[in-house]
Amino acid sequence: MNTRKFLSILFLAGTLFVSCSDDDDNPAPVNPEELITTMTVTLTAGTDVVTLRVFDEDGGDGPVAPVATVSGNLAANTTYTGSIGILNETVNPADNVREDDIEPEADEHQFFYEAAGGLNVVTTYTDTEADYPPLTGTNPVGLEFELETGDASTGTFTVTLRHEPTKPNDGTLAGAGGDTDIAQAFTLTIE
Amino acid sequence: MNKYTLTLVFFFGITVLFAQDCNKTLSGSVIDFHDGVPLEGATITYNSTTMLTDASGKYTISGLCATSYAFTISHEDCNSQVVTIDLSKVSKKDFYLEHHLNELQEVKVAGAKPNQTSSSQEETISKSILEKYSSASLGDALREITGVSSLNTGSTIVKPVIQGLTGSRVLIMNNGVRMQDMEWGDEHAPNVDINTAGNVTVVKGAAALRYGGDAIGGVIVMEPSRAPAKDTLIGKTVVTGASNGRGGSITSEIIKGYESGWFIKGQGTLKRFGDVEAPDYILSNTGLFEKGASLGFGVNKFTHGWDVFYSFFDSEIGVLTASHIGNVDDLIESINSSQPTVIRDFTYDIDNPKQEVTHHLGRLRYFKRFEKLGKLTAQYDFQHNQRFEFDIRQTAALRKIPSIDLELTTHSFTSDFKFDSKSDVTLDTGIVLRYQENFADPSTGVRRLIPDYNKYDAGVFFTGEYIINDVVLDAGIRYDYNQIDAKKFYQKTRWTERGYDAEFSDLIIGDFGSQWLTNPKFDYHSFSGTVGLNYQFKDDYVLRANYALSQRAPNPSELFSDGLHHSAARIELGDLRIDQETSHKLSFSLQKNSEAWGWEIAPYFNLINDYILLEPTNIELSLRGAFPVWEYRQSDARFLGLDAKLYTQLHSNWRTDHNFSIVKGKETDDDTPLINIPAPNFNNKLTFQKEDWLGLQMSVESEYVFRQNEFPPNIEVFSPQIRQDVLLEINTPPSAYHLLHANADILLPLGKNSAVKIGATINNILNKNYRNYLNRQRYFADEVGRNFILRLTFNY
Repeated sequence: MNTRKFLSILFLAGTLFVSCSDDDDNPAPVNPEELITTMTVTLTAGTDVVTLRVFDEDGGDGPVAPVATVSGNLAANTTYTGSIGILNETVNPADNVREDDIEPEADEHQFFYEAAGGLNVVTTYTDTEADYPPLTGTNPVGLEFELETGDASTGTFTVTLRHEPTKPNDGTLAGAGGDTDIAQAFTLTIE
Repeated sequence: MNKYTLTLVFFFGITVLFAQDCNKTLSGSVIDFHDGVPLEGATITYNSTTMLTDASGKYTISGLCATSYAFTISHEDCNSQVVTIDLSKVSKKDFYLEHHLNELQEVKVAGAKPNQTSSSQEETISKSILEKYSSASLGDALREITGVSSLNTGSTIVKPVIQGLTGSRVLIMNNGVRMQDMEWGDEHAPNVDINTAGNVTVVKGAAALRYGGDAIGGVIVMEPSRAPAKDTLIGKTVVTGASNGRGGSITSEIIKGYESGWFIKGQGTLKRFGDVEAPDYILSNTGLFEKGASLGFGVNKFTHGWDVFYSFFDSEIGVLTASHIGNVDDLIESINSSQPTVIRDFTYDIDNPKQEVTHHLGRLRYFKRFEKLGKLTAQYDFQHNQRFEFDIRQTAALRKIPSIDLELTTHSFTSDFKFDSKSDVTLDTGIVLRYQENFADPSTGVRRLIPDYNKYDAGVFFTGEYIINDVVLDAGIRYDYNQIDAKKFYQKTRWTERGYDAEFSDLIIGDFGSQWLTNPKFDYHSFSGTVGLNYQFKDDYVLRANYALSQRAPNPSELFSDGLHHSAARIELGDLRIDQETSHKLSFSLQKNSEAWGWEIAPYFNLINDYILLEPTNIELSLRGAFPVWEYRQSDARFLGLDAKLYTQLHSNWRTDHNFSIVKGKETDDDTPLINIPAPNFNNKLTFQKEDWLGLQMSVESEYVFRQNEFPPNIEVFSPQIRQDVLLEINTPPSAYHLLHANADILLPLGKNSAVKIGATINNILNKNYRNYLNRQRYFADEVGRNFILRLTFNY
């Protein structure tokens, strides 16, 4: 085969490859699947409802920091029922992450509550994996809990969601391990 | 063919008997086809007469009859040629012989001098060393070379670092093809099977311009074993077993060559390892499963040749489970804790997080030699690189979907002409045209870390070498044009935070709610050049001096990275404003090689303007907690380093080798140390060898790695968990360490043409706990502990 012939075939082959792989369509946007933008902790004692909410408009990898709000102060020496709602509000209608992802895999998730800085509260889990059928486990999940306030005080209340923690565990973050899906502190006042 | 010739010779021999008119004369010259030089002492045989050419390559044969004769012309180092000439028609004939046969065979002798450039620092590792690393990676083997270290992610993802530089600054030439395998990522190892290489040469710096002008760090040239142009069948199989990781590898290669120049070769490798172990615990999810195969065939004649080559490489690599962390608090916990947070039982299973990478490489090459002029080579190559990275994600269904799914397709056409007919001047000129397309699959459900893009490259180079007595001068220039045309989504908040709204608003081509679709399109013109000399004196001294100017256009990661790298728990941010970096490198080497001893001392100075670096700068808060932000930025930097070697062979059975290398990398403005600069290291090896005892070779090696005392400052970050700022010791290097290794080899002949080499290696004999500054997993776990390796190499 002479050089010229070979080269032209080579070139042709090259152009062919190039031409079939190129197109000018714009790529499709990605809407992250496991995004959590919002966590709402509703504390109810009779008609007294205190809402702790955190909202991160651009999710896990955006530059905007989450904004935490607390709707009001807690009453001293009161038992509140706590319930957690988790949403992805970057899509419309919002994804209910609690129902879609966490409840079905409640055995792989656990919430942890920590009070610090002198805040007088005690929390107790009121749900187990068995509350989210078909799961049957007896380990706590923490989507539902009870919060008992003590005397007047101020401090931080941190809610942490761990994915794949060691279960059962000693109730501490260090003992549980796993990956952190949510870690948010709220400043609370008991009066 | 031989039989045919013999018959001809015999036949024509007989015809002489019947010939009547026997007073014809044939005269002419025997000439080297390659450079037109007349060959003295070439033999010309006809019938049973043999004669030699004179000093000017001339011959005269008289007393021939007017009939056809078969002449056999041969010369030392040449393939013989048989030419039939009808003396009734011809009386003058010049014969051309293929004198430079070594170029055809290119079965390099172990210890052969590197020859990618004449004047820059280079080192080649031979087949026997590569075989030692048959079950490891290219990056591991290259650490045998002084001044080459590696940036690791665990023990299986190993990126070579040449004199402190890595990533896109180090080109890898695999069988003549420039690898395009997403080398921009710190945790992306070269997608090559070390077993495909017959030898590997490292050029420390940008002087090998024909491969690319952007090799600020250097070029790694992997060359395959060549098929000799004779009727032969060569095979080799290497079987390796290792205790650490409880796995091994098998690789086999077979080459069939023909006298006519045809050859066909095939090669395959399989590697399988389970979790490797540190001295005190199992490093969970660090298994490896690697497959490689290649096939080549073609014709390799002296005057012309072509070949087709295809290779396939697939690796599945587990990433240490404990290195997957949720946020900065987890990272702080890991740094403070002495062992990984997850330690499970040994397994061969590879779970998330993991990487799965496939690389296809195809090549067509043609060359032709032109008499008294040189050699033309043209090549088309195709590469397809598919990378999946699987993470620990929220649901089991999501865990089956990769978080990163990138497909990189590259087509290249290269051609060069080497003018090598003159003995004192060699010129090489060529072009490169390249098209590359990256596709980031949106079905991952994770925002793209690297966007879709098309990239066009064009380059032209001209290099030359001039020999005057003991001095070789070399010089070259190169120009490269790159265009990158990307389609990228930015979160609107990120776009504003980066300040792009003011500068790059014209790039926006679509509005998708919370995201902008943009079309960054950038052009880069890069110039590179080199000049140097090589001076041999006093028989065994060589001095090399080289200056190389090199410019590198930013890679897609440096420009566009944007997002949370889950497996590294860090947000990586590129910058659209990043421009080319320019390196001025001066390197020298003085070496002495004698039988009893030798040494080399090789200092270098590399001044890089607008050096692009990635370093932790801050944290960003999200609901998951705080993540360290790693940002690309540019700063003038200087690298000052020294590689030194010494060997002694004072007794025929005993040899010692001593290597030392150090590099200092700092920002020019304020002397701030650069991140990820290899620590100084000092290697000493004692070898006992005795040819009579089945070629026994035994060695003990001491490897001392100093602590890197020069590192950029750590950063203060807000820890949501303890509600205050803490010092994140993300840059603090681990302590110095000293390791001992041992190796032994013997060679058992098996029949006439085959042999088996048995080798045993123990790495980290003392089972030392240590961490390596250039391992991205140093925050989470110790390095691997003691490892026994047994190796069988069959040559047949």
